[in-house]
Amino acid sequence: MSLPIAPKPGIRRFHQARWDEPLVFELSTPGERGVAVPPVERDVRTEVGDVVGALPDGLRRATPPALPELGQMRVLKHYLRLSQETLGADLNVDVGQGTCTMKYAPKVNERLVSTPDLTAMHPLQDADDAQGVLEIVWRTERMLAEISGMDEVSLHTQGGSAAIWANIAMIRAYHEANGEGDVRREVITTIFSHPSNAAAAKAAGYDVITLHPDADGYPDLAALRLALSPRTAAIMVTNPEDTGIYNPAIREWVDAAHAVGALASYDQANANGILGITRARDAGFDVCHFNLHKTFGTPHGCGGPGAGANAVSAALAPFLPGPRVVRDRDRFVVEEAGPASIGSVAPFHGVIPNIVRAYAWLMALGAPGLRAVAETAVLNNNYLMKKVLEIPGASAPYAVGRRRIEQVRYSWQELHEETGITSEEIGVRASDFGMHYWTSHHPYVVPQPFTLEPTESYSMAELDEYAAVLAEVAREAREEPETVRTAPHRQTVHHTHHDDLDDPDRWAITWRAYRRKYFGGTAA
Amino acid sequence: MTDPFVHPYIPNTAPETRAAMLAAVGAASVDEFYADVPADLRLDRPLDLPEPLVAEQDLARHVEDLLAKNISTRQRLSFLGAGTYHHYVPAVVDEVIGRSEFLTAYAGEPYEDHGRFQALFQYQSLMAELLEMDVVNVPTYDGYQATATALSMAGRMSGRRRILVASDVLPAKLSKVHDFVRVHLDLEFVPTIDGVADVAGLASRLGDDVAAVWVETPSCTGALEARLGEIAVAAHAAGALLVVGTDPIGYGVLTPPAVHGADIVCGDIQSLGLHQWYGGAHGGFIAVHDDPRFIMEMPSRLFGLAATDVPGEYGFGDVAYDRTSFALREEGKEWVGTAAALWGIAAGVYLALMGPQGMRELGELLLARTRYAQQRLAAIPGVELGDGATHLREFTVDLTGTGLGSADVVEALRAHGIEPGVPVDEHRLLVCVTEMTNQADIDRLAAELDALVQAQGHPASAPIHALQEQNA
Repeated sequence: MSLPIAPKPGIRRFHQARWDEPLVFELSTPGERGVAVPPVERDVRTEVGDVVGALPDGLRRATPPALPELGQMRVLKHYLRLSQETLGADLNVDVGQGTCTMKYAPKVNERLVSTPDLTAMHPLQDADDAQGVLEIVWRTERMLAEISGMDEVSLHTQGGSAAIWANIAMIRAYHEANGEGDVRREVITTIFSHPSNAAAAKAAGYDVITLHPDADGYPDLAALRLALSPRTAAIMVTNPEDTGIYNPAIREWVDAAHAVGALASYDQANANGILGITRARDAGFDVCHFNLHKTFGTPHGCGGPGAGANAVSAALAPFLPGPRVVRDRDRFVVEEAGPASIGSVAPFHGVIPNIVRAYAWLMALGAPGLRAVAETAVLNNNYLMKKVLEIPGASAPYAVGRRRIEQVRYSWQELHEETGITSEEIGVRASDFGMHYWTSHHPYVVPQPFTLEPTESYSMAELDEYAAVLAEVAREAREEPETVRTAPHRQTVHHTHHDDLDDPDRWAITWRAYRRKYFGGTAA
Repeated sequence: MTDPFVHPYIPNTAPETRAAMLAAVGAASVDEFYADVPADLRLDRPLDLPEPLVAEQDLARHVEDLLAKNISTRQRLSFLGAGTYHHYVPAVVDEVIGRSEFLTAYAGEPYEDHGRFQALFQYQSLMAELLEMDVVNVPTYDGYQATATALSMAGRMSGRRRILVASDVLPAKLSKVHDFVRVHLDLEFVPTIDGVADVAGLASRLGDDVAAVWVETPSCTGALEARLGEIAVAAHAAGALLVVGTDPIGYGVLTPPAVHGADIVCGDIQSLGLHQWYGGAHGGFIAVHDDPRFIMEMPSRLFGLAATDVPGEYGFGDVAYDRTSFALREEGKEWVGTAAALWGIAAGVYLALMGPQGMRELGELLLARTRYAQQRLAAIPGVELGDGATHLREFTVDLTGTGLGSADVVEALRAHGIEPGVPVDEHRLLVCVTEMTNQADIDRLAAELDALVQAQGHPASAPIHALQEQNA
């Protein structure tokens, strides 16, 4: 072969790293050290004597923990290999994790949060020593108040579902303060709202009523009116829903809830398509939350830490978690939670590194940037929808012929009926092309679902590439279904058998349990 | 907007691309996509936000200038703990969790995210060795949540409502736990004696309506519970579970609670390789035995080993996924969502680096420095230890005999660049030492406090606030 090099094929010839790395326990060599610990000073030892030997019998560990022993570079190499066997959003066209808003988490923000000016701050230091971080918390709260239209904001919660919990905990406290805690025992949500709305309401002691959409996929106002009663504590809804359909009657939903004395809680975990377009408070909501790790550009960290922001109307403000950051002229101070507050929902002030990242993200974009985020996310979504619907066998149930906001829940039902290939199998095969994709929350109301959300972060060419991969896998499903069924073929590991994971006699949740169950407690 | 606004984070703001995409979907403008948003809900003005700092150097300077207003524990001598601890973070930990792949992955399948699954399975496994328990969850939010969930599990399993709180608990943690469980559980406090559980008092309160005894060791004052075995026997005799909240940092030298009969062990992992981050880097663990009655009550994800088509290849997947809210919405156990996975990976790397020897040496160092600091401070006239228990990392001193209030001491020593601890009440101060506070640091704290007491000059007879009141 010689120059010139042939053009690249239409579909990327991907192969994920495959290190076949053992478990860290199997890399152990007795006596090796990964890090050293400072010695006990001679004077200290003289003063205190043998502190371990002096422990009461009930406290002194008899045998050391069976942790592995590795030199430092081997630990590093092991984990770097595992990192290469992980397909982060920085590497793939991560539009396949719908509802999760896998947007770009800017690198400059990583540099900003790793300064010792932040990492070495203790939360109980003198507030005078913490003016920078307190100001950032305060400014971020104010910006999110403007974005939501709400009066007050708390950044305490550590993730979206934790923020949903704080929403329902505040609603519960509100009704109790009004003497209606015993009467209002029901929460109404919709099937295309995030499942944590139902789950957190149940955890807070409520009975949950779940509404299904009308025939065209729109939230059913008539069904809501039937479900509402003096027993209703709140409606807890996502909008746009997981289908990417915006509820045009959202104001009527909120008004109907208010008419029976219920509160209206808005899951805005993903507000990406409507930033600067429409606001929760303007639709009448009493409380809403954002996920800083979705809409506001903080990285997803393999599943956290995230961060939640709870925004409320003035009537709900006394119930916000504490402690609160308050501006006192040109200083920022910390105030303990007031008497009506639901109290502490997390240590101190929440996930500070993510709050600072979100602050930096907001400051990089401003009002014109947020509008560009929303409009581009929506443009990208409608563009990708057109490309996907050109693939034979793919469809977008509901709201036929109408536009969607930031995401779409698609269906491979036609392809499945034709080939027997499932949506899960298509997703696994897509990973052979360096693409991830996710099906849907449960239950699968949309058959053979997949949910795509392109956000604002990916170029048109990348969206084309993603759609081309789906088209290629759909072609394979028809022409060479075994290739799809036996996938993956170019991945970290091969087809994995999951039956043992649901059998208590066979599952192995730790290395320790695995050795005990399969090797009688001795090293494998 | 009239001018094209092209942003580095948003490639398709390029005007030509935007036009091409609109044409491709047959839309005249992006307004068409918002047809379902009623006109009266549309915001008719730009958001009122600060002018954007689009150039990275402008943004960096702005945020760096704000953060530079902070004066961190590098510039102050800190003896602060109370939930967030200043331990050393090895460089390899930061390197691993700063990797793009781990930092920006989320919810991939066990194929394209094999490394994420293995790293978290290893975290579970390393914690399991430290705790001598067979099952550890993918981290939940923090130790507060882990404890609230552990107690809720005990309530669901037993169908009982009473929880006996046997230890001194951090007020903020108690606030969270109380609000989380109050619909299902009643917390009853059995006052501690000399810093630790009143075992006889506990026994007299146990009955067949008690879901669990909740012990914290170390307690919020750093006291270690030496009679856990007796508490376990009493709890189990009443059909109650023993739930132990703890910090994993000491288990290189301390007996894990499971050895004494703990049924659920829970707590926070911030001590294991996470920076203080102004209290913003916490993760929660819940550990149980390999018993489906417990496991099926856990809301968190659990990653398990699985075989693949290839011999010798490790695969992974979710264990018993159908117990979660992802599978069952409100019929699942509590809920599961984005929590603290990256911190779990960090804690795993930390334990792999430390090994058994590192954890043993660190445990000994913490015990030794704690004891040393206790002795140095208690040698100051008028200063007494808050209790006689064995302590790890934290302890209280009672300043009553010095005539100084705890807030007075904090204010006075802050002026000298020292954060001496956290006031627990008017006269008691919670002092924390770690491997980051060495002998010289502890000696300096003792000397400064001693000087303050000497300057006060009127031990015990005239507390400073009483003098202030007289003068007022």
